[in-house]
Amino acid sequence: MSDNNKTLMQKIRGAGWSAIAILFAAGIVFWGGFNWALEMTNREKFCISCHEMEENVFKEYRNTIHYQNRTGVRATCPDCHVPKEWVPKMIRKIQASKEVYGKIVGSISTPEKFQAERIRLAQNEWRRMKANNSQECRNCHNYEYFDYSVQGRRSNQMHQTGLAAGQTCIDCHKGIAHQLPPIAQDIGADHGGVVPEVMHPQPPKAQ
Amino acid sequence: MKKPTRKLVLAFVAALGLAAALPPSASAQAVKSIRGADVSAPEVAPGGFKPIPDQAPIQRDYVQQPPLIPHKVEGYEVSKNFNKCMDCHAWSRYKETGATKVSLTHFKDRDGGELSNVSPRRYFCMQCHVPQTDAKPLVGNQFQRAEGLR
Repeated sequence: MSDNNKTLMQKIRGAGWSAIAILFAAGIVFWGGFNWALEMTNREKFCISCHEMEENVFKEYRNTIHYQNRTGVRATCPDCHVPKEWVPKMIRKIQASKEVYGKIVGSISTPEKFQAERIRLAQNEWRRMKANNSQECRNCHNYEYFDYSVQGRRSNQMHQTGLAAGQTCIDCHKGIAHQLPPIAQDIGADHGGVVPEVMHPQPPKAQ
Repeated sequence: MKKPTRKLVLAFVAALGLAAALPPSASAQAVKSIRGADVSAPEVAPGGFKPIPDQAPIQRDYVQQPPLIPHKVEGYEVSKNFNKCMDCHAWSRYKETGATKVSLTHFKDRDGGELSNVSPRRYFCMQCHVPQTDAKPLVGNQFQRAEGLR
């Protein structure tokens, strides 16, 4: 009798252990699969599988230094547009579901529609980068390690004054990888466009 | 032989004589271009010139010369939406950026009327103001800066 009880307990314990082992293994497989799927959507190839991206922003990006340069070190779409840290990355990926909706209803399905929306879309991205202190730029361009002696005359001066005044990369470096939306520049008649306060935000210490 | 016919025959003979007297390549040698290849030949490969890095403003060589661009302009957007040059050289921007401000001559419309901002006909800066590369002059010359500017 007692032998039978012992066997039952052992059976339950054994089943418990094997359940834990199975769950653990399943967890690894699930997490690996999740991460893999996430990384698959984090590649340039995936981004330009939509014609919206390939025919508009990708074409423009191909002419810039982040696509092709002397040393062949590149920054592809997710390097700038998807945060590297886990929580901000998840938030951005969840927000991207709205972009899937946009794709389905075709909100920027033609170059003309895209150009019309560009002023809004560009400002969204500038706002995001301003809010996280241009983290995606600084993942590669860490200004604490700038060697001003090898920077050009203009960049040397502007970087030091700008960074000392508390400005962030995107405050000045807009339109470096894509063309810009209409910008109000006071040439000829007023054509509208992004206002100077947005295009060139004043440094916080000067206000 | 009638008079017009004789004239025509004489002209024909003269033309034949001239063609025989000249060597066949003479006409080709007469138009020798400094690009070093025949006009019909394939385009000469560009020299792989490098843009000159940032420098101080370049002095003018003659009074009416549009000032040269003393910095790199690679990747600068000048489009319907945005003019990168004016992002620093506009009167509203030059103090902050330390750039040279646009000349007052650019504030006139084509009828000579004064405007309060840059005239759209001056929009494409690099039609007149050009960036510099390390290219050497194709032929030797004795060009000197205008006397008043030396």
